[in-house]
Amino acid sequence: MARPIDEIRWQDLEIGAAVSEHGSSREYKTGSWRSLRPVVDKDQCIRCGVCWLYCPDMAISRSEDGHFQADLEYCKGCGICARECPTGCISVEIEEF
Amino acid sequence: MAKERKGIEVSLAIAEAVGQADCDVISAYPITPQTHIVEHLSELVADGHLDAEFVPVESEHSAMSVCCGAAAVGARTFTSTASQGLALMAEIFFIASSMRLPVVMALANRSLSGPLSIWNDHTDVMMVRDGGWIHVFVENGQEAYDHMFWAFRVAEDPAVRLPVALNIDGFIMTHMIEPIEFEDDELIKRYVPEYKMEKPLHPDNPVSMGCFAMPEIYSEAQMAREWALVESYATCIRAWEEWADLTGRQYHAVETYRADDAECCIVTMGSLGETAMAAVDELREQGEKVGVIKIRLWRPFPFDDLHRAAAGKDALIVLDRAISFGGPGGPVALELRSAMCGRPQAPVIVDYVAGLASRDVTVEDFKAIILGGKAKAAAGDVAGFTLYGLRG
Repeated sequence: MARPIDEIRWQDLEIGAAVSEHGSSREYKTGSWRSLRPVVDKDQCIRCGVCWLYCPDMAISRSEDGHFQADLEYCKGCGICARECPTGCISVEIEEF
Repeated sequence: MAKERKGIEVSLAIAEAVGQADCDVISAYPITPQTHIVEHLSELVADGHLDAEFVPVESEHSAMSVCCGAAAVGARTFTSTASQGLALMAEIFFIASSMRLPVVMALANRSLSGPLSIWNDHTDVMMVRDGGWIHVFVENGQEAYDHMFWAFRVAEDPAVRLPVALNIDGFIMTHMIEPIEFEDDELIKRYVPEYKMEKPLHPDNPVSMGCFAMPEIYSEAQMAREWALVESYATCIRAWEEWADLTGRQYHAVETYRADDAECCIVTMGSLGETAMAAVDELREQGEKVGVIKIRLWRPFPFDDLHRAAAGKDALIVLDRAISFGGPGGPVALELRSAMCGRPQAPVIVDYVAGLASRDVTVEDFKAIILGGKAKAAAGDVAGFTLYGLRG
């Protein structure tokens, strides 16, 4: 677990602000950017995985029942999954925070 | 006994130095007046005299990108450019220093367009003044040859790890044949040892370089850059001392000529310092108490050395070779005015811009500038700058 970014002093940075800790971008929860939320109608979903394939942030994963869902901690609500879904089972709804 | 000197074009001597420093990767795009440097390096590689990768690229942007990539895996890297080439390279120029990659560049100072000009002044380097690199200026071919090694030695020092630009006046130096003392390879190996980068890009120990930074960390990253550049000063000095121990040729961040008892000094940077010295000799014969202050290290800016050099002077007359358009004067005068601001008995700074696009600045011109500057200082006419020799 990386140190919270707002606790890092300039002296703590690696040379050239390099990052040796792998996967630190996971700490950056881009879901807060979202103004639209993808909602899946499981009755229409054929579990083809096209949404998973197209998601530019790799925020969609497959759950145990074979359906796909977006991780809302990272999903920016771009709507590409809804646009590409061949059955139209994904709708976008206005996010209410 | 003095070492043997060899008559050689300065560009070729610089290329020979890069070869002697056993550079690993050279990437460049030809541009006047730098071309002979990389042309000769490509010959050295092609003829088997230098075991290096020579990467000919389609632009200076790519040249600096190749250098950054090579430096990131721990290679000793070199490029050379000038003027428009530097402008095209600018995006990656700043990235090299932010990633602390010790790329070394010979910058054959040339006017920036427009109007289109291939001749010499300092408008190109001043464009990247704030790019986070170490900048050194040299005055003649011997200094250029010597500082090629100094540049690698400083850039790759683990305490520094910053790119270094060796500023050489285009044509005035690059195309001049001068007598130069060459050092043997064994001495160079001692001075520029094999480079071992800490944490290079390597699949066994992955590291991300050039990462995205949020507003919460960007300021910290900038402060780390500032600190690194300021702290590099000590290594710059040590590297000059080590070079003096090995070769007997001693350099300083700021150098002076007949300045100790001078009331007024002309301040130069680059090759015109030699002409200024000749002018000062003639003025001394006429009883004028004048001297020369030469700035060798431009970044990190040697504030303390300048304070010492300027102590007790009434006026510093700056010979600038670029204009900060719409600002208060040339870049060197701006720096000096900041450096002297608020200090007790600080000299006044009079700024002349001259020698743009290689317009001649002769000994007579220097005498006129020094005497004119002295008169301006006495009259309190010290704001802004004067474009010397301007018609109209």
